[in-house]
This record gives sequence, C-alpha cells and structure tokens, in this order.
Amino acid sequence: MTSIDDLAVRIPDGATLALAPDYSGVSMVTIRALIARGAKDLHLIGVPSVGFQGDMLIGAGCVATLETAAVTLDEYGPAPRFNAAIKGEKIRMIDGTCPAIHAGLQAAEKGIPFIPVRGIVGSDLLAHRDDWTLGQDPFVEEDGPIVMVKAIRPDVTLIHAPLADRHGNVWIGVRREMMLMAHAAKTTLVTAEKIHDGDLLADEQLAPGTIPGLYIGGVAEAEKGAWPCGLFGRYGPDDAHLKDYLARARTEDGFASYLDEFVFAPKAAE
Amino acid sequence: MNTDFAPEELLIATVADMLEGLGHVAVGAQSPIPGSAALLARARSGGSLRVSMLGSETHSPFTDGGRELFDCAAQGRIDAFFLGGGQIDGQANINLVGIGDYPDTKVRFPGSFGSAYLYFLVPRVILFREEHTARVLVPRVDFVSAPGVSDKNTYRKGGPHALVTGRCVFDFDDAAKRFRLQSVHPGHTVDEVREHTGFDFDMPEDMPETPAPDANTLALLRGDVADAVAERYPAFAARVFGNANAA
Repeated sequence: MTSIDDLAVRIPDGATLALAPDYSGVSMVTIRALIARGAKDLHLIGVPSVGFQGDMLIGAGCVATLETAAVTLDEYGPAPRFNAAIKGEKIRMIDGTCPAIHAGLQAAEKGIPFIPVRGIVGSDLLAHRDDWTLGQDPFVEEDGPIVMVKAIRPDVTLIHAPLADRHGNVWIGVRREMMLMAHAAKTTLVTAEKIHDGDLLADEQLAPGTIPGLYIGGVAEAEKGAWPCGLFGRYGPDDAHLKDYLARARTEDGFASYLDEFVFAPKAAE
Repeated sequence: MNTDFAPEELLIATVADMLEGLGHVAVGAQSPIPGSAALLARARSGGSLRVSMLGSETHSPFTDGGRELFDCAAQGRIDAFFLGGGQIDGQANINLVGIGDYPDTKVRFPGSFGSAYLYFLVPRVILFREEHTARVLVPRVDFVSAPGVSDKNTYRKGGPHALVTGRCVFDFDDAAKRFRLQSVHPGHTVDEVREHTGFDFDMPEDMPETPAPDANTLALLRGDVADAVAERYPAFAARVFGNANAA
C-alpha cells in the first residue's frame, strides 16, 4: 500500500499515461495530485476517450500530447480546456478511433509489434498517423488493403477501482477495458475505493473480474477517489460540482480559481 | 389520445421503420432519438430485436470491455448503428474532428470515436443529425473521419443507409455515390431543404411527405417505450413524452 502522492510521483514527467473514460474507473484524486506536483509533458492515451481527467490535466499545463478517439464530457458539453488548448496550439493532437486504440493495446498485451484493424482505409485519420500504415492481407491473392496499427505500450496505466487487496490484486468487475490497459502497460497504478480483507483471487465470484497483482505497480486506498466523476456500480457523478467546473473552466482565470480551491488549497492545508 | 405529435416523435417513428426485421441494433452514447427509435422497433418486434445501448451507463450490454462492441461489429453481429457528424457531405463522408485545416482546426469537435471503423462494418448505418443547415450538410467535409464509400478492393460490409435530419429523409445511392431525397417532414418543403443543404442531391418527381406516426405507434411510444427511454434519458423522456403521458 502506498499514498496518492507517491502514485503521482511514480508517473514521471514525459510519461505515456493510459486513462479510462469517465464511465469506467477514473482516479480523479491522483489527477489532482499530478496537477499539484506540477507534472509536465505527459502523453495521455484515452482508452478510447478521455473526459474530465484529460480536460483538467490539459488545462493545468501537464500535457504535451493527447492520443485519443475523442474528448467527451458527455451531457456536460464540450471540453473547455481541451478546446482552448487546441485553439492555442498548446498540445499535439493524435486523433485515433476507438477500435484502433483497443487493438494497439491488444498487440502490446500479446508482445507483438503491430496488429491489423478493419475499416479506416480512406479516412484522413490514417494520413496523420506515423504509427499506422496501410498494408496488404498476406492471405488473399487479390489486392486486400488493411490498416496495421503499431502496438501501444503505455508507460503507466492509471485507474480507480472499487476494490483492491493487500496482495496488489485489483477488482474491476465488468469494466474489462481496465484489464486490457493493465496487461498492455509497463506498470499500472491504482486507487481503490476500499481495501478488501483477504485475497480477491481466492474468491471465485471476484477472481474473474480481478487484475492480478503481477501487473500492478502500486495501490493507494482512496474512498471517493473518482469524485467528482462517478464510479460504476458505486456512485454517480457529482452533477453540481461538474457543472460548476464547466462554468469556471470556460475561462483561464475561472479554471485557475477552480484549481486553487480544489487542488492547491487542499494540498496546502495538509 | 392526442394524435398530434412532437417533431421528435416523427423522427423516432421514421428511424424505427428503418430497423424493422433486424436482429441487433447498437446505439452510441448521447443519442436519445436513435435510442428511442431502437426501443420502439424492439417493442414492435415482440422482443426479437436486440438493442445494445452504449456509453455512460452503469450497465453495459457487454462483458469484455470497450473492445467487445467493435469485435462484434467486425464479425457481423451488429446489423445497424447510428453515426452523426459535425459535417456530412454529399458523398456521405462524415467529419467528427473539426472545421478548418487539420490539425489547426478553427472549431474542434470531440473526435472520431469508432466511426472510422463501424461505418465499414455495420451493414445499415443510419446517419442522424437533427440540425439541417448548410453549415452541417456541406459540399465537402474538412476532415474525413470516415468515408461514405470505398473502392471495390476495400473490405466493406456496411455503410450509409439513410440520412435523417430535422427536415427530411435522404437515402443513399451507393452506385451513384449520392443522396436522394426520400421524403420531406410535415411542415417542411423541398425548397427549404434545398436552401439549407450544401450538397447536390437527387429527387424523385413526386415528393412524398414523411409519414406521420399512426395512433398505434404513438400509443406504444408514449407508453412502454417512453418508460424504457426514461431509464436512460430521463430529461429527454420528460420533455418529449411528458405532456402526452400526463394527458
């Protein structure tokens, strides 16, 4: 077991960092710690999209590159700090598509250098990717163009999960994109809502939804660690707080006031 | 029962007709009208139509993570899906990335999501965009997230079936690579459609009106379907079906 601040230190500046969408497991508490420690030059990978995590890290100047199929705050509307960063050319954008991100991680999971993916041929996405290429299906005689995407091996996967145990096993239930993210990354850092007494892998109900500790580099306990986003099966998003964020994040000053109140002031009070 | 109908009810009924006889329809996040249409089609099918609603819900229809929908689509297990676009052009190319010279977009959209893939693999892709303006329906998209048509060597099992907007329905002619106006919604005109469409399209000689939902459809929609929609889109259900239910 470790601390949230320690997790934030173990995501070094310049790291490629895989993040889950807001409806999956998002460690907002560690995102705030990353901002508080002044993280720089991160390369975020949305698996396959990012929401509030991405918007906040981008707004706080922690991000050099964003690789994702989309930035979405769902019903809350356009992502304000992301849009401002695109307008100000503050980040490098690598636009992708959901299945190519999943497939790239699956290639890393298998230890292979690339993987073919259906579709995409003729999309402008392809023209802007130096890690995708148009190849040929070697098993057909006629012309059979197929896109090959390079394996995606993140330095770190960061997630929030409902349960973890003292062996480093992490229960993610049905949200198995986090299993793929953990398999593909060099290491996975986790905040967990609750520490489970005993061994998650010894429980036949929980074991199939559990990431084995062998993939996990560190776990910190964090009740409400996804707040102000929700955690599947546990709690919903804090609607009033997220609306307040959106209202403030429309301007740089408003966003700075949000960070002061919810990131820097709590840190100073520790 | 009140047989006046809301514009959304017309769109839902129109899209639902396009799903008749299918086995499995998937619906993306934040799609209340396509989602309602799929639920209406399911209610009419007597339960034989499977509807998978994706996105920000706690109950995913899948158990193997975000990739499973895409794997299903590539295997041919999904018959229909919905795509939109910040821009849609006359060849059914869609742009979900932004306006302007990428990557220096003047207006940035959320991103391509799974469009660059699902457009190729789901047999019946229904393009849905309520806003029907020359700003959205353009001669040529600024960025092709997903192309409407491909050459014959490209593996392609699916593509555009129709484009449904707040003013009309177009169907798509694969051979001609053009949209054809199929019907104009009640209260709208061909001239108005022409004025607000940035691309050329074909037209039949006699222009039909999009059929109004009949009393049975409205009863089903405002009853069981409204309840199912409300689980996923409570605000939408209250706004569209709320008054009808109260009456």
